[in-house]
Amino acid sequence: MAEIVKKATRESFGEALCELAAENKDIVVLDADLAAATKTGIFQKAYPDRFFDCGIAEGNMIGVAAGMAAAGKIPVAASFAMFATGRAFEQIRNSVAYPELNVKIAGSHAGISTGEDGATHQCIEDIGIMRAIPNMMVLNPADHWEMKEATKAAIAYDGPVYIRLGRLAIDSFNDPETYTFELGKGITLHEGNDVAVIATGLVVNEALKAVKELEAEGINARLINIHTIKPIDRDIIVKAAQETGRIITVEEHNVVGGLADAVCEVVTEECPVKVTKIGVQDRFGFSGPAWELLDSFELTQPHIAKVIRKVVAENK
Amino acid sequence: MDSSEIRQLQILAAKSRMGAVLGTYHAKSGHPGGSLSAADIVTYLYFKEMNVDPKDPGWEDRDRFVLSKGHCCPSLYAALALKGFFDWSELTVLRHVGAMLQGHPDMKRTPGIDMSTGSLGQGVSAACGMALAAKLDNKDYRTYTLLGDGEVEEGQVWEAAMFAAHHKLDNLVVIVDQNGLQIDGAVEDVAGIEPLDKKFEAFGFEVIKIDGHDFEQIAAALDKAKTVKGKPTAILAKTVKGKGVSFMENQVGWHGVAPNKEQYELATAELQAQIDRLEGAC
Repeated sequence: MAEIVKKATRESFGEALCELAAENKDIVVLDADLAAATKTGIFQKAYPDRFFDCGIAEGNMIGVAAGMAAAGKIPVAASFAMFATGRAFEQIRNSVAYPELNVKIAGSHAGISTGEDGATHQCIEDIGIMRAIPNMMVLNPADHWEMKEATKAAIAYDGPVYIRLGRLAIDSFNDPETYTFELGKGITLHEGNDVAVIATGLVVNEALKAVKELEAEGINARLINIHTIKPIDRDIIVKAAQETGRIITVEEHNVVGGLADAVCEVVTEECPVKVTKIGVQDRFGFSGPAWELLDSFELTQPHIAKVIRKVVAENK
Repeated sequence: MDSSEIRQLQILAAKSRMGAVLGTYHAKSGHPGGSLSAADIVTYLYFKEMNVDPKDPGWEDRDRFVLSKGHCCPSLYAALALKGFFDWSELTVLRHVGAMLQGHPDMKRTPGIDMSTGSLGQGVSAACGMALAAKLDNKDYRTYTLLGDGEVEEGQVWEAAMFAAHHKLDNLVVIVDQNGLQIDGAVEDVAGIEPLDKKFEAFGFEVIKIDGHDFEQIAAALDKAKTVKGKPTAILAKTVKGKGVSFMENQVGWHGVAPNKEQYELATAELQAQIDRLEGAC
């Protein structure tokens, strides 16, 4: 087992940008007065001439990024997920995605694990919003190692990408020695045919702990990590539906518009099975420490294990 | 510029207006009013000011133009066709299914279009990005963007203005086509923007006020902008909406309505008479 790295994916992202920028001179980074929080500040320190703070003006930041991309740069524009995808939605839609410009949009402090700042800053809609835009790739890496590889792949890919970053320091579960990242390809983390658990982002490790816990009870749950929400890995989902007949989705996002719906879109077309949606149940968050909130929203290991048990019992 | 050069520009502008009328007539939709008010500025940019190559539209050292008031593309399309970026006949299928010329500029479909625009307020930010990229790459190309006076009601314009001044984008020229009318009426009645010169000054711009139909004034303003260092330039160009077609001039109703057959023929005859008169004087 590889050493566990406890780190927020925003930090992994900031580090990855720095590493990539050493080789790729076209990378420029823009932020909207949140560099210390989104961790683009790491890049700012290393490459001050290629970092542009746009101030608290997210719409303009995305437009500037679009113009820089049109002039050959690879701009990475970062803010909180709430403001990047909410405030600047239409700039992303019309100035970036429609002309298919090579802009990477990083949305940090995504999900309820943003914590104490409360509902105004806990973005639970970003995946749905970004997924609905044509030409937009949507990434939601689950740990330090995955974020580093996803960032590398996003920069190498020529086109608009939205990448979701978390505030909360979380344990890594991937092994950097064996881990490989491929855009649009889900990863099976645990084999099993009793039920398929399909998870994304920060809660993948919670789901992994849950399926491992259930081994002792004789429950063999398959666990699939979907780091690329769009384009989604249809094959891995269809195969899971066919072989297990039952799906549970797990995400730190509203169950409307996010991974749950993305999975349902695939199975309803190709292999209809019942899907149980673990996530934020179409309500706003509130202030509190991140782990207490995740527990309160029933997104942690014991809650996920409970749902898996129930679903498997129903299925027998 | 001598008088014959000015006449040549006037002829090209009249032809661009003809193209805008032709395009919107065939499209049975579009925005003739603002296309006509912008025609002289756009003509000057493409035929005197900007360093562009129709044979190599993506040339990386070219000057850039962003039509932030994207709906006024019919006269821009006409100017690009006259310049040789694509065939004039494309205007007859403007806005048709499968057409190269979309209702609003599309940089992926149309050679010569440097930025996809249409949602007001966004083009000016993209122009800032291009100007910043030029600085970063130590390139001397310049970036021009044209805004409507209604468009400056968008908050993003002022976000971009702050950004341009903060980054000392003296390679950026923001031109406002001040035809005084927007969809719901006169700009001053809908949501007053004056004093626009003082606003741009306060945001850190060099401000030049001109008559946007006078080529000598357009030339002088753009020449002056090249001498301004350390800050961006805003050219506030007073224009007439619908300029060049008598029954469209200063009529708010011609913002987003296409001419019918009779109106198209009347407008074309008027513009042709202008061209004939100018060519006769050559």
